[in-house]
Amino acid sequence: MALRERKARVGAIPEGGMADIAFLLLVFFLVTTTIDMDKGLGIILPAEGQELEINKKNILNCLISASGNVLLGGEPVEIKNLSRRVKEEIRANDKLIISVKAHEKAQYDVYVEVLDQLKLANATRISIAETE
Amino acid sequence: MKFRRKSAIESKISTSSMPDIIFMLLIFFMVTTVLREFSGLPVSLPKAERIEKLESKRHTSDIWVSKDGLISIEDKLYNNQDVRHVMYEKRASNPQLTVSLKADQAARMETISDIHNELRKADALKLNYSTKVKVPN
Repeated sequence: MALRERKARVGAIPEGGMADIAFLLLVFFLVTTTIDMDKGLGIILPAEGQELEINKKNILNCLISASGNVLLGGEPVEIKNLSRRVKEEIRANDKLIISVKAHEKAQYDVYVEVLDQLKLANATRISIAETE
Repeated sequence: MKFRRKSAIESKISTSSMPDIIFMLLIFFMVTTVLREFSGLPVSLPKAERIEKLESKRHTSDIWVSKDGLISIEDKLYNNQDVRHVMYEKRASNPQLTVSLKADQAARMETISDIHNELRKADALKLNYSTKVKVPN
C-alpha cells in the first residue's frame, strides 16, 4: 500500500467575506448614530452669592404673568413685538440690563419665547430673576 | 494603411481596496457614535429661533422636567432639593459641564426657577434650554 504524500496545507483566511462584515458593522453604526444634535438657548447663570447692585435706570423689567401676558417696563407687550421694543430700548441705553421675572405659575414656553425674543434683539445682558 | 484593432480596455473598478474604505468609514462612525444612554421623560420641547448647538454630548448632562413638575436625571426621579447634590458631583468630575434642560413647554416656572437655584448652588452655571427649531415666518 502506497502512502500518499500529504499536500502541505495552506493556512489562509478567506478575505472575500471581509467587506461584507465591514459593511454590516458600518450599517449598524450608521443607524445608531444620532445626527440630530441637541439645540437650544444657551445662558450662563450667575454664581451663587454674586448679586450686583445695579443702577435702577439701567434695568428694564420684563414680567411674565401666570396667564402668559408680558409686561415690559410696566406696559403690556405682544411677545412678537418684544424684540423690536427691546432693540429700541437698547439703542437708547446700551448699558441696559433686561431682567426677566416670571410668575411661578407661568408657562415655560412663554419664558422660552421671551428669551428667544431677547436674543433676537441681540440683548446680551439678560438677568433671570427668581419667580414670585 | 492598416488599422490595428484596439484591444478591449479592461474597465473594471478595482475592488481590492474596498474593505479598507469601508473600515475607514466604520471607524469614523464608531468614534462619532454616542449611544443614547437615558430615555428621559416624555416632553414636548418649546420652540425658539435663536438657537445654539451644544458643543459635545460628552460635556452635556440632561435634566428632564415633565409638565407635572417631575425632575429626572439619568432616568431617576429627584426632588427639587436633591438636584444640587447630583449636579455638584457631575460638575466636579467635569468642569466643562453644560446642563441641557429638557423641559416640557407646559412646565411651570416655579420648577424651572427651583432648578436655576439648584444649579447655582451646584456651581453648574452653563445652562441650555433645549428647544426645537422654529422656522421664522
